[in-house]
Amino acid sequence: MAKGVKPRVKVPKKASAGETITIKTLISHKMESGQRKDGDGNAIPRSIINRFTADFNDQNVIDVTLEPAISTNPYFQFEAVVPESGEFKFTWYDDDGSVYDTSKKIEVS
Amino acid sequence: MILENNMTLTRRKTLALGGSALAFASFAGAPAFASLTDDAIAEMTGGAEIGEGAITLTAPEIAENGNTVPISVDAPGAVAITLFADGNPVPAVATFNFGPLSASRSASTRIRLAGTQNIVALAKMEDGSFQRASANVKVTIGGCGG
Repeated sequence: MAKGVKPRVKVPKKASAGETITIKTLISHKMESGQRKDGDGNAIPRSIINRFTADFNDQNVIDVTLEPAISTNPYFQFEAVVPESGEFKFTWYDDDGSVYDTSKKIEVS
Repeated sequence: MILENNMTLTRRKTLALGGSALAFASFAGAPAFASLTDDAIAEMTGGAEIGEGAITLTAPEIAENGNTVPISVDAPGAVAITLFADGNPVPAVATFNFGPLSASRSASTRIRLAGTQNIVALAKMEDGSFQRASANVKVTIGGCGG
């Protein structure tokens, strides 16, 4: 189900060194829990994003393990410290093996 | 559990709860879920003592829609926080592992709740000890589908 998956991330464009910034991420995904049944009573197979990571200049910020209890269109908000200018890389891992990623640059003065 | 809650509620809240009572009843035939959460916690902590106070779990008191319940956790000095929803068919919700560039050890997300239940957050601290917090959320419409 790798269709219509679109990551969206909000990171400030500028910050001062060592500042704490807030990051918000959202990815459009059905997050089929595996608990639901279709019209004929057959279970709909589970299909979720099972892991999300955020890294800054190859250093980890947060690594989340997702279970089916995470809502449709998984949303995360968290805080990071930015020691220097660089790039945030966000990665989502799908049950079907697909990997979605996006990155955001930030300028630190 | 529902009955006890209703007794202390106003008429308006009781009405709102009617729906959740129905949703909850459909799960009544399944085994006690609370023990699943306790089992999972015991497995993570290895039976170590669990403290309270250094972790904050923020959740709405009443969630109209169990499909997206906004929650946030904050535990200064934690290396990992795991969330459980002990009334869900599968209690595990998510685990946040914090890296070296994580500022405050906090995170917010949105979760599914099958019915009125307790949410438990378990934090593993830097010194290896554990902290827990729990919150009760009343759910009007369960988020389990089906």
